Amino acid sequence: MTREILRIGFLPLVDAALPILAHELGFAEAEGLSLELTRDMTWATVRDRLLYGHTDAAHMVAPLAISTALGRDRPAVPMAVPFVLGLNGNAITFSTALAGAVGLGDTLGDPVAVGAALKQVAQARAAQGRRLRFGVVHRYSSHNYMLRYWLAGVGIRPDADVEITVTSPPFAADALAAGEVDGICVGEPWNSIAVDRGVGRIALATAQIWRRGVEKVLALRGEIADERRDAVLRLIRALHAAAAHFVRSDTAEQSAAILARSAYLDASHDAILRAITDRIRVVPEGPPVHYPDFMFQYREAANFPWRSQAAWLYSQMARWDAVPYSDADAATAAGVFRPDLYREALAGSGAPLPGASSKLEGGLHEPIGAGSVQGRLVLGADRFFDGRAFDPEDIPGYLAVLP
Amino acid sequence: MRIAIIDTSSTRAAIISDGLREAGLDDLIVIDPMGPLVVQIEAARPEVVLINLENPSRDVLEDFFAMSRALARPIAMFVDQSDAEATGAAIDAGVSAYVVDGLSKQRIKPVLDLAVRRFQAFSRLQRELDDARNALAERASIDRAKAILMKRRRIDEPAAYALLRGQAMRTNRRIVEIAEAIVTSETLMGDLP
Repeated sequence: MTREILRIGFLPLVDAALPILAHELGFAEAEGLSLELTRDMTWATVRDRLLYGHTDAAHMVAPLAISTALGRDRPAVPMAVPFVLGLNGNAITFSTALAGAVGLGDTLGDPVAVGAALKQVAQARAAQGRRLRFGVVHRYSSHNYMLRYWLAGVGIRPDADVEITVTSPPFAADALAAGEVDGICVGEPWNSIAVDRGVGRIALATAQIWRRGVEKVLALRGEIADERRDAVLRLIRALHAAAAHFVRSDTAEQSAAILARSAYLDASHDAILRAITDRIRVVPEGPPVHYPDFMFQYREAANFPWRSQAAWLYSQMARWDAVPYSDADAATAAGVFRPDLYREALAGSGAPLPGASSKLEGGLHEPIGAGSVQGRLVLGADRFFDGRAFDPEDIPGYLAVLP
Repeated sequence: MRIAIIDTSSTRAAIISDGLREAGLDDLIVIDPMGPLVVQIEAARPEVVLINLENPSRDVLEDFFAMSRALARPIAMFVDQSDAEATGAAIDAGVSAYVVDGLSKQRIKPVLDLAVRRFQAFSRLQRELDDARNALAERASIDRAKAILMKRRRIDEPAAYALLRGQAMRTNRRIVEIAEAIVTSETLMGDLP
């Protein structure tokens, strides 16, 4: 039987693991698929290849899929996200100088305490006319929104008190070393590489800002999701199987070895292994700190594309972009996430399938059983660091109370 | 209409700017890929930006285009969506374009078409150059293998070549693969009796 080919674009990041492992370990083959992976260096190129048919699907920062569907900065193209490739896995790293000025310790700090210290430094720097500058991986990235959510939440106004610019992940450590930026918010292994090179210290994991923050997704053009529905469903099953394999503790070494290859991340095996196993080296030469759920790839139906996650990302887009909130845009954004495809693909597999497609985000202080149409679903604590919860039914109300 | 060209290959940038000039589009700025990109673009104030698809600075530039108030009109990617075909052709050729808001399709299309042709010509040149380089390297390996055989087996050149060719045919490999194996083993074991 000839296997159906699906071409998938990705950036060299640890959370590109699921499509890579699905390809390398036979999960795609078991579904009658043959994956062709295309590595690029910028999200713009990943997006262009997807939109103009060089690829059929892509590993993508979730907000970029939404901004593409909304036609921000370019013509709108309907998009479909049937699978979340992971939650969190990013960190905020300060330059050695900023880490010293803020007084970072040898472990991950407390978001409120680090924020208060950072505010002092940011104000002093702004008074000298040299505002602190932070690099995020893309304008439409969860990194940008997580960093801004934290800064605003501790009383530092993004764009006014500090500058936020774009720094591509592979160049982030260089930008820190050269003093072009004072801090970065990027995915792994790029924070660890900055630490290992001695040019930065990790201040916070983004999981400390939002315990269950949506990160990379599998994105397709809406047209492809319709035309090749069967292949897409098989891809979802292959990725889900790869995720179950990836989170097993006895597979971490093997996964790290595959990801480290030159065709994929072309990066340090050790730094990748630390990220996969939630062990973060915060300071150069220091012992790795264990931070549970630093990356979150499978449990609690983590791969389920909750429409409320897309809605939260849209709320932040409306918060920081020049284009104000509209009900129509909110509906388009939430509609990009496709729980219907996820459910159809995994029906009968035993995987927990949530009954709802949307939920209150950040409302859980402890694990709780949730309604499911299949399997037993437990959702863990998903709080934001400031304790605010997000109701996807009332985005304007949420925006009104945010600082 | 001012056009900025950003390319990681300065040769290709030169090929494109020559083409645009020949077509009478001579308000060109070639951005130095080693210099500060944003500063150069800000100073150039272009209406069209041509950039190679795989340029590592694209995310940075898109952020600049979206945020900058330095440019008179916002720059976006392929503003006119009625011409998806031309855009697709550009992406296929490996070139991406950003255009200021409101610039008409009639004015953009010739620029894009020309960039596509020049990108394709450059790829063809590169392929030919690679082929020529490979052929040269292969010839060198075969010559070295022949010399080794002639010395070791005390045979003449046609006999040495026939030996290589015969082995290649029997093992269903290319002559150059046999030659490389001989050169490698000579490097490692040539001093053994």
